[in-house]
Parts: sequence; structure tokens; C-alpha cells
Amino acid sequence: MTETGSSSTESLSAAGSLSAGSPASRPPVIELDGVRKTYRTGAFEVEALRGVNLRISEGEYIAIMGPSGSGKSTLMHILGCLDVPTTGSYRLAGEDVNQMPEEDLAEIRNRRIGFVFQQFNLLPTLSAWRNVELPLCYAGTGRAQRRARAIEALEKVGLQDRIAHRPNELSGGQQQRVAVARALVTDPALILADEPTGNLDSASTQDVLSLLNELHASGRTIVLITHEPEVAATAGRVVRIRDGDIQDDTGPGHQAGSAAGTTAGPGSASGTAARSGNTGTGNAVRGDSAPLTWEVRQ
Amino acid sequence: MSWLETLRIGLEAVRTHRSRSTLTVLGILIGIAAVILTVGLGQGAQNQVRDQINSLGSNLLVVTPGSTTSSNGIRGGFGSASTLTVQDAEALASKDVAPDIAAVAPASQRSLSLTAGTSNWTTTVVGTTPDWLSVRARKINSGRFITSQDVTSHAAVVVLAATTAEQLFGGRNPIGATVAVSGVSMQVVGTLTAAGSSATANEDDQAILPISTAANRVFGGATRSSVQNIYLEASSSKTLSAAYQEANNTLLALHRISTPTGADFTIASQQSILSAATSVDRTLTVLLGGIAAISLLVGGIGVMNIMLVSVTERIREIGLRKALGAPPRVIRRQFLVEASVLGLAGGLAGTALGLVGAALLPHLISQRIDISLPATVGAIIVAVGIGVGFGVYPASRAARLAPIDALRSE
Ligand SMILES: Nc1ncnc2c1ncn2[C@@H]1O[C@H](COP(=O)(O)OP(=O)(O)OP(=O)(O)O)[C@@H](O)[C@H]1O
Ligand SMILES: [Mg+2]
Repeated sequence: MTETGSSSTESLSAAGSLSAGSPASRPPVIELDGVRKTYRTGAFEVEALRGVNLRISEGEYIAIMGPSGSGKSTLMHILGCLDVPTTGSYRLAGEDVNQMPEEDLAEIRNRRIGFVFQQFNLLPTLSAWRNVELPLCYAGTGRAQRRARAIEALEKVGLQDRIAHRPNELSGGQQQRVAVARALVTDPALILADEPTGNLDSASTQDVLSLLNELHASGRTIVLITHEPEVAATAGRVVRIRDGDIQDDTGPGHQAGSAAGTTAGPGSASGTAARSGNTGTGNAVRGDSAPLTWEVRQ
Repeated sequence: MSWLETLRIGLEAVRTHRSRSTLTVLGILIGIAAVILTVGLGQGAQNQVRDQINSLGSNLLVVTPGSTTSSNGIRGGFGSASTLTVQDAEALASKDVAPDIAAVAPASQRSLSLTAGTSNWTTTVVGTTPDWLSVRARKINSGRFITSQDVTSHAAVVVLAATTAEQLFGGRNPIGATVAVSGVSMQVVGTLTAAGSSATANEDDQAILPISTAANRVFGGATRSSVQNIYLEASSSKTLSAAYQEANNTLLALHRISTPTGADFTIASQQSILSAATSVDRTLTVLLGGIAAISLLVGGIGVMNIMLVSVTERIREIGLRKALGAPPRVIRRQFLVEASVLGLAGGLAGTALGLVGAALLPHLISQRIDISLPATVGAIIVAVGIGVGFGVYPASRAARLAPIDALRSE
């Protein structure tokens, strides 16, 4: 199925087919409608996104592919509430992001979303574990626990022996893994990763991918950008972008689906069951972690 | 995020950006210390003059000859302008004529050489009456002051001020010793207590004679009844202007002058002497204050600059912190804490430096420095305010940007 236009009928039908095709009729957690993003630099304008319509359900694992400059990162930033569309609407768990107060957005970024930046964006003055613990600072987690969880997250990405290194003392791939660890440390329900394996060798790539698989298996929604078909293959759904528009979408029906059925609310039995499939040291088994479902607090 | 956590992050940022922190603290510090010291110097000079004049005596009026009261430039023209005389002083001393004048002391002085044994010393020799002691608010250290008996009998007695006694007699007791004043032998009957540190040095370097003895046996000359000053003491500070009026009217009548503007004498109150003398020092204070304000401004602009640049450099950091879930209020708080810590450090260090300088400098430049509380507080507020304002304002603006815009900023 291909979504090329941005007309309302098409997006409606897309939404309809989505909910119909989704197992257990999960509600879309992400709804983009006619999202455009125009950058104005001096005299000329760049249309980075030209009316994107996209539905993503809870627990989906999506790979976004497309040539360089096609607007993947721009889309990802909007999904992560780091940027706002020029026009069009973005509904996150049913809430219009444009209408949300800044405080709520901050909380969503902090507790619900884990973002891996293409440029890593680590603070150069802080050591690896201090970078990783940053989101926990804003979540109000205690010091000892922050450190323990940061180190645990670094261990997961294979950096247990680089805990006290600053970013400039790390290789590009290691910095990328610190960025991944930082996105995972809050145990978010939605993980947005902009080329998280771009700088990694195949072994490290496999580590990060199996980490993402594990998270997906425990019910997290994952969107990742990649140029590598092997990486995209791990995802249940591939969305191709070209010139700021979705060109091809394998659709939600093609889910890898290991986590199918995890629609449960926070703390419910099935949710716990899904998580317990994880390893004992997994992110998911934390008591204070964010609930999987999207309850945007007002 | 708790305030304690914010404080920790702020302190860490201060430590991390060491050179920026040092420069900011220095800018604030120098501004504050400069204001404390320069304004303190001006105030010190002003207070010094005021204390000197106050030490002349309380509720004091000084009558001097001359017609400097002329406001329209008319001087003289009334024939024989009589100078002040002992008779003027006697008239003013009358309770019927001038009820609000408590004491009157006519005085003449010359700079003369005094000899005691082998030592000699040139000093101001003052011929006056017993009231001089109370009018000029002085005290006897040992012996006695001149008496009205001495004045009527032209007694050959002298009272020495502290420095004069020290110079002529060293540590020895001068009472009863003989001093030759311009060749005339006098007996030392008393010494004066030192006037105090705030007074001018020559208050303690003089020799007091009975006015009759001075006029007839020491100074000589044609106009033996004329005097150089008449010191008047009003009965209280409330009657000062009444005493002034009484003295003015009495002297105008005695000198047969009908228009007050033609007066051949001037009556200056302590207040008028004070304002004349301090106006110069006030100009100095204003000048120094201006210099201080400029240094504060320059320091402030420096601080502003550093803060603006450092916050601009850190807009990416702000963007990242926002992206990781920091609400704008927490970002503002973080920069507020940072800027406050720097401002506080600069403010405290600047105040400390200013106070230490104010304590030490007088020993090096023999200039009194009086701390001005309003200037100090004002300087602290301005310097710290600039530091905090320009540390927080750009940060809070950046905190309103979309995280990605802040992250992308150069
Ligand atoms: N801040 C900006 N100002 C102006 N133009 C921008 C800005 N950010 C992105 N663009 C433009 O928008 C388009 C899409 O950029 P985007 O970063 O989304 O591409 P991308 O698909 O992530 O590419 P890559 O695979 O190379 O990362 C590009 O043409 C880019 O030049
Ligand atoms: Mg990109």
C-alpha cells in the first residue's frame, strides 16, 4: 500500500484499514495528519515534509528508510515532540501535541519517549554515565538509583568499561551507544532512534538490534531510521520516505508481532507477563518505570 | 527536579566553565570594590573636614573683620572701617545686649618663637580671654587656664597646647617653668589636652596668653585694642540664629553701620564654615563616585558580555536538556542558580576586597576611607543584578525555543 496523497479521504481510509488490520484493534498511539514542515533560510524555503499521514499503533516496530535529505530526521523530531509541524496535526495518544502545555510536553519527552539523535548530542563536559543519567535527573530519581540505572544501561550497550569517559574520549560508535543507553535509561514506552547503528560495526549493531528487539518484545513502540536493509528487516513495518512524503508503507499488518496482544494498561497482568519474558536485568522489570500505555497527564 | 539537585548542577557548571566563572566573578568583584573604595575616599575626606570643623567647638560663631558679606560687590565706602576690638567683645559679652550668647572670646594670634632653656619652637601664639577654653571646647590637661585676673593684671603667664609643650619640654613637666615668648619671659601655668585625632594638627600646637599681655607686652603695634577674631558660643544649638542676630545687630550699631550689606565684619557659623569647606569635598565625592559608577558600568558590561556569550554557547545544552525532559522552569532555575552563585561569589569577594582595602589603604596613603553603606549596597545590587539578569534572561529565552531549534543553534 502506498500513501502518496495527503487528501483527507485517503488518510481516513488509511486510518480505517489500520485499525481494521491491527490485531486486537489497538488504538493508534501516533497519528500524523497532513504534516508539513517548511524551513525558511533567508530567501528560499525547503519543504522537508510535504503532508505526511502516518498511524503508528502501540507496540509496533517500524523502520523508516529513505535517501539522505528526504526528511526522515525532520519527521522523527516531530514524532519526538522536539519540533512542531508547520501545518498539519500530530496526535499523540489522542492528544493534540500542538495544544499541549510545555510542562506536559517536557514530561512526555522525559518519561514516555527515548530519543537517539543522529548526532548523538552528548554533553561534552559530562562523563558517559553522567550523560546517561541526565533524563533521570529530570524525572526526580534519587542519586544512587540514577547512577545504578545509568551504569546498568551502559552495560547493556557494552560500555561497562567506559563509564567515566567523556564523549571526546570515546569513539564515534561508543558515543552512539552512550546515546542509545541514554534513550533507554528511563525505560520509555516509545523509542525513537535516528540511525542508532549508523556508526557501529556489525557485532555492535547486532547488540543494539537485539536490545531493541527485547524492548519491542516487552511491549515498547519502536521507530528507527536506518539506511541498512538488514536493520530494517528486524522491524515489522517499513516506511519509505522520499522528498518529504511517504512513498511506501508495508503497513501494520506485517508486524513481526512477538509482542502481539500487549495492549494491557499499566500494571495489568498481561503487561507484566509480557515484560517478564525479558531477562532479569532488563529495563522492563523496574517498578517505577513508565506505564506502557499512553496516558498523557493533563 | 529539586532545588538541591539544581544547586548541584549549577555549582558543577560553575566549576566546569572555570575561566568564564572567574571572569564573571572578577568583573563583579572589581566593580564593587572600586565603588566601595572611591566613594569611601570621598566620604572620608568630607567627614574629616567636618570633624575638624566640629572640633572647633559647639554652637560656635566666629566673627572676623572685613566686609565679605557684600552680596552685590559693594565693599568699603563707609569711611573708617573699624576692625574688631576688645570693646566689641565686651559689648557682646553683656547679657543685656546679647542674652543668647553664652560666652565670648576675642582672640589675636601671631606666629612667634618660644624658647625654654636650650630648646626653641615656633608656634601660633594666641592672646585671648578665659572663655576661649569653653568656646573652643578645649580641656586643661594639667595646671590651670588663664584667668580674668591674669587678663586685668597683664600677667606674664602662658598655657601650652600638647604638641608645643612636648616640643619645648620633652617629657618634663612644664608647669612653673619659664618660657620666653618673643623674648618676653612667661611662666607656664597649664597645658591643654590634645584636641583629638580628627582635629587639624595646629590645634595642638599653640601657646595661649592673656589677651592684654599679648597685645601690650608681646605683639605690640599701634592698634592694641583690635582683635583678629571674636569667638562666640550660643547658649544652645536652638539659639544659634538668635545669637547670630544679636551679634550682628550689636556690631552694626557699635560700628555705626546702617545697612547690613555694608558690614565690616563677617559672622560665620560652624555650619556655614562646614558647608563651604565640605562643598569642595562633596565635588570630590561626586567625581570619585562618577569614576566608581563608570568602573561599575564597565565591569557590568564585561559581566553582561561573558554571561551572554556563555549562555549563547550553551543554547545547545539547553536544547538537549529540554529534549531529555527538562521543563523551561527547571532550565531557568539552573541558570538562575549558576548566575546567582557567580553573583554571590563576586558580590562577597568584592565587598570583602573593598572592606579590606578600606582598612589597609589609609595606612599607605594617609587618607581616611569611610564606607558608604548606600553606595556599597547599590554597587552590590547593580553588579550582582547585571550578572544574574544577563545570566538568566538569555537562558530563559532559549528555554522557550523548540528543543530542536536550540539544539541546532550555533
Ligand atoms: N534547520 C533546517 N533549516 C533548513 N533546512 C533544513 C533544516 N533541517 C533540515 N533541513 C532540510 O530539510 C531536508 C530534510 O532534512 P532531514 O534532516 O530530515 O533529512 P534526513 O532524511 O534525515 O537525511 P539524512 O539521511 O542525511 O540524515 C533537507 O533537505 C535539509 O536540507
Ligand atoms: Mg537524518
